[in-house]
Amino acid sequence: MAGTNNTPHVDVLRSPLGRARGLGSARAGSGHWWAQRLTALALVPLTLWFIYAVIHLSGASHQTVIDWLSAPLTLGLMLALIVATFYHLQLGLQVVVEDYVHNELLKVASVLLIKALSVLLALVCIVSVLKIGL
Amino acid sequence: MVEFNLPLNSRVGQGQTFKAPAGAKRIRDFKVYRWSPDDGKNPRMDTYQIDLDSCGPMVLDALIKIKNEIDPTLTFRRSCREGICGSCAMNIDGSNTLACLKPIEDVKGAVQINPLPHMPVVKDLVPDLSQAYAQYRSVQPWIQTDTPAPPDRERLQSKEERAKLDGMWECILCFCCSTSCPSYWWNGDRYLGPAVLLAAYRWIADSRDEATGARLDELEDPFKLYRCHTIMNCTNTCPKGLNPAKAIGAIKQLIVERQG
Repeated sequence: MAGTNNTPHVDVLRSPLGRARGLGSARAGSGHWWAQRLTALALVPLTLWFIYAVIHLSGASHQTVIDWLSAPLTLGLMLALIVATFYHLQLGLQVVVEDYVHNELLKVASVLLIKALSVLLALVCIVSVLKIGL
Repeated sequence: MVEFNLPLNSRVGQGQTFKAPAGAKRIRDFKVYRWSPDDGKNPRMDTYQIDLDSCGPMVLDALIKIKNEIDPTLTFRRSCREGICGSCAMNIDGSNTLACLKPIEDVKGAVQINPLPHMPVVKDLVPDLSQAYAQYRSVQPWIQTDTPAPPDRERLQSKEERAKLDGMWECILCFCCSTSCPSYWWNGDRYLGPAVLLAAYRWIADSRDEATGARLDELEDPFKLYRCHTIMNCTNTCPKGLNPAKAIGAIKQLIVERQG
């Protein structure tokens, strides 16, 4: 509000209530919030399973790993892990950007970039896993 | 981006020290934030040495003693001195609380006193709460019904229905919680903050109110409601021992509940 020389500069004369109401409610946000909780919940068993599997497979032969990943259940769980991870990653990073980036243009650009990169990385992982597993 | 450093004209400097009178035995330093809009100077921390033997037990007692006996220019809000008006909310020893409910003995060493964090300062310990009050107004904190009130009596609640308001009606709107919330610091222009969301839920939970759906509609917004990341500073700092984070959780739960 004040300039660097301590003289008050008023650049907003809109009433406090007008500012508080702002553009109104977006009637959205619950989907994002709920999805973040659900993916977090899903990631607990999926990540534990993945860590267990990796430890279990350490030292195994190349063929054993390929056989492991080719089993429909393993492949399904792997795909679920990838989707949940990158979906959760995208949701979480979007929140961080919305919290801290206040320049509208930079905010939209960052969120779009995060979404694009998350989708791309998820697709790369899915294709890689399918190439090994199928 | 968020600014992590104070602007140059807001950096807090060293102020004066007001020595305790000779012969004082139990001396405690009170370091108090001072800023006046009139002198064009940066804020400073003045130190007042208080003889606790001639001072009441609470931090507010010390502030009143300073204003009465040492430095009448010190500016702060106070009224009831018993934790019911919410006027003397300020940051004492690093956390937001009511000066009238904070015993001096609870603070180790010098007592640091600052205005509520991240609000515009009117003078010294007086923050400008107009925006927070307007946000409170924006959630329409009054009963809304289509059913007319019975002509011969008040609107009744069962004991169970009334019990749902416990932990919310006690809020005195001191805004200790909202101004302790980092999410409110960064996005206070759009995020309603814990105090206002607690007030909103107080009406959502009221069995007599008939606008529950409309209230939830108005709150379902990525910024108004979902900037709450369950940091819990609000609940930790509330001088009345209330739990705004739980109320916010309940609002989020109801919004999910009505979808399926």
